[in-house]
Amino acid sequence: MEFSQEIKREFDQIVARYPQGRQKSGLLPILHRVQEEYGWLSTEAMNAVAGYLQLNPIEVYEVASFYTMFHLRPVGKYVLEVCRTGPCCLVGAETLLQYLQRKLNIGIGETTPDGLFTLKTVECLASCGTGPVLQIGPEYLYHEQLTEQKLDQLIDSLRSKS
Amino acid sequence: MATKILLEHVGVEGIRAIDTYLAHGGYRSVGKALKEMSSDQLVEEVKTAGLRGRGGAGFPTGMKWSFLDKKSENPRYLVCNADESEPGTFKDRYLMERIPHLLIEGMITASYALGANTSYIYVRGEMMPVIRLLEKAIAEAYAKGYLGKNILGSGYNLDLYVQPGGGAYICGEETALLESLEGKRGNPRNKPPFPAVSGLYGCPTVINNVETIASVPWIVNNGGAAYASIGIGKSTGTKLISACGNIRQPGVYEIELGLPVEEFLYSDVYCGGIAEGRELKAVVPGGSSVPILPKELILKTAAGEPRLMSYESLAEGGFVSGSMLGSGGFIVFDDRACIVRNLWNFTRFYHHESCGQCSPCREGTGWMAKVLHRIEHGHGKMSDIDLLVDVAKHIEGKTICPLGDAAAWPVGSAIRHFRDEFEAHVKNPDSCLAKHLHGAYAHAASIM
Ligand SMILES: Cc1cc2nc3c(=O)[nH]c(=O)nc-3n(C[C@H](O)[C@H](O)[C@H](O)COP(=O)(O)O)c2cc1C
Ligand code: SF4
Ligand code: FES
Repeated sequence: MEFSQEIKREFDQIVARYPQGRQKSGLLPILHRVQEEYGWLSTEAMNAVAGYLQLNPIEVYEVASFYTMFHLRPVGKYVLEVCRTGPCCLVGAETLLQYLQRKLNIGIGETTPDGLFTLKTVECLASCGTGPVLQIGPEYLYHEQLTEQKLDQLIDSLRSKS
Repeated sequence: MATKILLEHVGVEGIRAIDTYLAHGGYRSVGKALKEMSSDQLVEEVKTAGLRGRGGAGFPTGMKWSFLDKKSENPRYLVCNADESEPGTFKDRYLMERIPHLLIEGMITASYALGANTSYIYVRGEMMPVIRLLEKAIAEAYAKGYLGKNILGSGYNLDLYVQPGGGAYICGEETALLESLEGKRGNPRNKPPFPAVSGLYGCPTVINNVETIASVPWIVNNGGAAYASIGIGKSTGTKLISACGNIRQPGVYEIELGLPVEEFLYSDVYCGGIAEGRELKAVVPGGSSVPILPKELILKTAAGEPRLMSYESLAEGGFVSGSMLGSGGFIVFDDRACIVRNLWNFTRFYHHESCGQCSPCREGTGWMAKVLHRIEHGHGKMSDIDLLVDVAKHIEGKTICPLGDAAAWPVGSAIRHFRDEFEAHVKNPDSCLAKHLHGAYAHAASIM
């Protein structure tokens, strides 16, 4: 696969932040940009990134698989990432997660049949004072102090947008 | 009214924009430092201030700066640690969201003190909105001549960039952060060499927390001695505390170090007491990695002295009856919270986040999570409790980076102070206090 000229120009700007010969430092920002564009990181996309950065493909795979934000399989249009760490659980994250599974009728890690929602859990999002919390890429805006009503509204508004 | 060093202008309308920030005295420290002070003088000023690293370890910042290898021919780097992923900690995100220019200003002044001409702010990738805010603030600072070539005509050059992480708690550990910034997996490095000698790209590097760097402008403007006059003993200045859990007013508070814990917890200026009229049970005062203390030991030390919010007072009693100030992530548990369930959750977290390089950490955290899972879900044995203590002991101090310790300490302290609760779970699985929080047990397995 080939990236568009426009995206390649963005890659060039990213690589310019590092000293000569240290273009590998651009790998994470570039993977984020690619995921924003295509929704997930296919092997072809990772190979193309390797080509652009003059890396061995394995250097890209090992990084993409280390970091939890990168999706190595196709995901729904909206990936709902719910914090499941201790402080959020003290204020009800577990029951909300159950509610969300029932509401979407999928388990954690699954995607709804219409391809709209993937449900994931994540670790502490630095929002423990306003938990329970979830975020949705690629903007990764936070939805905080969640309640069942707020989740209903959020899901409805996302459904009506598509 | 407590002194505000970091949050003074946070409520000001439009403070995220550089013009408003300038109108409130912003970027003054850059002019003062670059035009009136040498880099050595700046390091001295920070030493005098007694500022200690706000990322968790509390290492004196001026001393860390003076370790930087200035004889090296290589470029020097300042890297800001904005990875903030320690459960219970949300102060850096708060600061960067509310007043992004304060961090940029601190980065410029600190970079000058270190003789760095390129600096990076490494922000965890999940905080994409914060990354956009910082990038905007940096562009404004370039446009006003606070970044780039020949800053304010001083001859000093600095380029500043924001780098996103990819979702990995371990990248908060400074050498894992450097690996990540080099485009690799976040595997912590063996030390020595320390980053001050061989850090980013093998060059001398200082890594500092967001709050540490954001404290520098005030120190430059007001002098190290003024900073040192705030606080108590070797805990100088102010500290951001992010308070969460079962309290009436969760949030980020700037306190003068030395404030009594009891006042912080019950005063309406801060936490406002326990939520829903419940009773206090326990506190984890410095982020998930530090020991938990029961009510009696968080309000008073074992010697009966009032416990204060300071590095020394929170640590008094060592790991037998004390804890740590850590990152300032203050997690409060009421009398309905289940210590076993919370410990299982934290241990599961460390297992998930272990980079896997050292067997004691990789295997030990998984083993402890499994044992805690079975105790919490009603299949535990009495001998499991001592088994946990034993596994924790075999992790502590035996790993490349302190994540192993961070996973072990909560286990040791929870069992030390709340053994009866673990025993009750073994004897009667229905005794778990937190059922109202997690509904059916069947579900719980899915959160693993
Ligand atoms: C597992 C682990 C996670 C850490 N996470 C963070 C973090 O998110 N933010 C941070 O500033 N320091 C973190 N630290 C501490 C850093 O390694 C380092 O000590 C700190 O950034 C130094 O800055 P300071 O001296 O200004 O505190 C972490 C340490 C460990 C072992
Ligand atoms: S202690 Fe754990 S996280 Fe740290 S290097 Fe070893 S395996 Fe990795
Ligand atoms: S525990 Fe959920 S944001 Fe920190």
